[in-house]
Amino acid sequence: MKYLDEYRDAKAAQALIQKIKSTSKKSWVIMEICGGQTHTILKYGIEELLPTNITLVHGPGCPVCVTPLEMIDKAIAIASLKDVIFTSYGDMLRVPGSKSDLLNVKANGGDVRMVYSPLDALKISELNPDKKVVFFSVGFETTAPPNAMAVVEAQRRKLNNFSILCAHVLVPPAIEALLSSRESRIQAFLAAGHVCTVMGYSEYIPISKEYNTPIVVTGFEPVDILQGILMAVQQLEESRCEVENQYSRSVRLEGNPIAKKLLTETFDIVDRKWRGIGTIPQSGYRLKEKYSSFDAEKIFNVEYITKEESPLCIAGEVLQGLKKPTECSAFGTLCKPESPLGAPMVSTEGACAAYFHYHK
Amino acid sequence: MEQNKQFNIDNYSCPIPITEYDKVMMAHGGGGTLSHQLIEKMFLSQFDNELLNMQHDGSVFEIGGERFAFTTDSYVVQPIFFPGGDIGELAVNGTVNDLAMCGAEPIYLSAGFILEEGFPLEDLWRITLSMKKAAERAGIKIITGDTKVVDRGKGDKIFINTSGIGKVYPGIEISPKNCKPGDVIIISGKIAEHGMAIMSAREGLEFETAIKSDTLPLNLLVSAMLKVSNKIHVLRDPTRGGVASTLNEIASSAGVGIEIDELAILISEEVRAACEILGFDPLYVANEGKLISFVEKDDAEKILMAMKNHPDGKDAAIIGRVVSEHPKRVIMKTSIGSMRVVDMISGEQLPRIC
Repeated sequence: MKYLDEYRDAKAAQALIQKIKSTSKKSWVIMEICGGQTHTILKYGIEELLPTNITLVHGPGCPVCVTPLEMIDKAIAIASLKDVIFTSYGDMLRVPGSKSDLLNVKANGGDVRMVYSPLDALKISELNPDKKVVFFSVGFETTAPPNAMAVVEAQRRKLNNFSILCAHVLVPPAIEALLSSRESRIQAFLAAGHVCTVMGYSEYIPISKEYNTPIVVTGFEPVDILQGILMAVQQLEESRCEVENQYSRSVRLEGNPIAKKLLTETFDIVDRKWRGIGTIPQSGYRLKEKYSSFDAEKIFNVEYITKEESPLCIAGEVLQGLKKPTECSAFGTLCKPESPLGAPMVSTEGACAAYFHYHK
Repeated sequence: MEQNKQFNIDNYSCPIPITEYDKVMMAHGGGGTLSHQLIEKMFLSQFDNELLNMQHDGSVFEIGGERFAFTTDSYVVQPIFFPGGDIGELAVNGTVNDLAMCGAEPIYLSAGFILEEGFPLEDLWRITLSMKKAAERAGIKIITGDTKVVDRGKGDKIFINTSGIGKVYPGIEISPKNCKPGDVIIISGKIAEHGMAIMSAREGLEFETAIKSDTLPLNLLVSAMLKVSNKIHVLRDPTRGGVASTLNEIASSAGVGIEIDELAILISEEVRAACEILGFDPLYVANEGKLISFVEKDDAEKILMAMKNHPDGKDAAIIGRVVSEHPKRVIMKTSIGSMRVVDMISGEQLPRIC
């Protein structure tokens, strides 16, 4: 398949591994920010191919994993209501809230539906005018534009039974929070190619400068990731720190201007809680006041729900790259994909689930 | 109902999952870890007997010196008409295949229908005709049946149960116990077609694709294989849970290690593309017309050729082998040359966000 096979090619991968081996003289710690990249790294056994002086730590870039417990509880509260059809991307359904998950709500008779696009949720609202249709709007800058588009469309079509439960998070503030932490051991970042396809990468330049840290915008196939690692290692070895673009077949410096404009017009940037990390200033989106009639938190009055996480789960340290999933005492015993204690065990992009499946 | 009185979920002495849920979840039927736990803790522990405990697709037993295979399966697929087939065809082929995987020639089937009030008779007619056609193709007869109608809203259009009986070919023994290091693993064709055809046709998940279900009776192919060799140790059709779950089941029940080669497993371009879009791993997607066989090394080439020469196995390929290392574990050589674990699926595959 074009644009896939050449990036999963054994020869290209082996050549890059040799290059990484010959280039890296010192020990380096690199974080891939995105869960999609973590998944590829584990699925293709990339860590096993790398020289031992390169350590990869898996970042908080899985939207399923970082959606805070209280937001899941809000979703569950809304989805349990009688006149509600709750729609969501598939992998949010199994994320444990403090007592239950959305699949349990469905098993108990709630109308919970999996959709692939927020526009499918709009269609459901049109077909069910007597129901309130809520879409769980989660994800990074990648899923934000289509979700914003759904709200704009709902307003245009005068669908007053549609709303979104907005839990969007932003990548650059998270990178900054990780770098400013005193415990941080991260020396370079692989930034998320898809996020940068939307947003471009100019906002990473000041971060790279301030924290003296190379950032390489990287794709998602094994060859992409190996090349991203090589570019990061080259910068580190040469004591450079720049923002470089490995994923140039998709990413431009300025990103996608139409999508960015839509985001600015639809959302305000607000402080947001990240599961396992805590509140990161200016790290999330909330619907603008003019769209408040589409804001499920306001409509269903669930803003009061707050929750703290279980102390057993070390998701926070995993998501900050301080610990590997296997260092958790519950890993693979109390906490498994079919009975997750914390969110990184739920999604295939979660670091713990990726380790569980591919790294025994 | 004394059994029911005794049953108290709180006192139920089973380690995690089942006690985690006090209700049946969709994943309990997904063919993965939760399904296995449900079957083992709930049914096997109570129905406990030698034949059932073999946990094969069907049971093989002896009557009057001859060996027979018996199996049952229920079909609840939604949508009932999908690209490449329908629930009726699936109900015949699926049970025929369970018998074929026991090394049996299927003879008779039963058919039980649970119909929802209001279900169009025209649709039922279509389904009946396709069951007739499927039965003819597989060379079996449907000799008994049952019909029940439930109130509107109490069922989903139509559910079909079929049971089947077949005669085991003399001189062969198909059982995971027989597989041993050195055995060669052959798959009969391209994978993940049925599951992706169903996904593409499901309401709310609309994307345009030409993927068709691979639903097919496998008894003719099995018969062609057995004609050239009786050194076939295991036969399985990788339905729910896909190739990965089937290989894991075999590795764990035979106590052997399995090594497969990612590049040897054929997947059509359309299926690969659909899996990429939805974030599915094709190794975990259902098939309805493919078989995996574990065969003696010396006969592997012969069996492979017999499969390739049969229309139902023309894309057959060797995908791996049985090893003595890492018992009960499936390891795959990836396309970039590294090795990784291929695990059992944990629940339903859920499409990922991005």
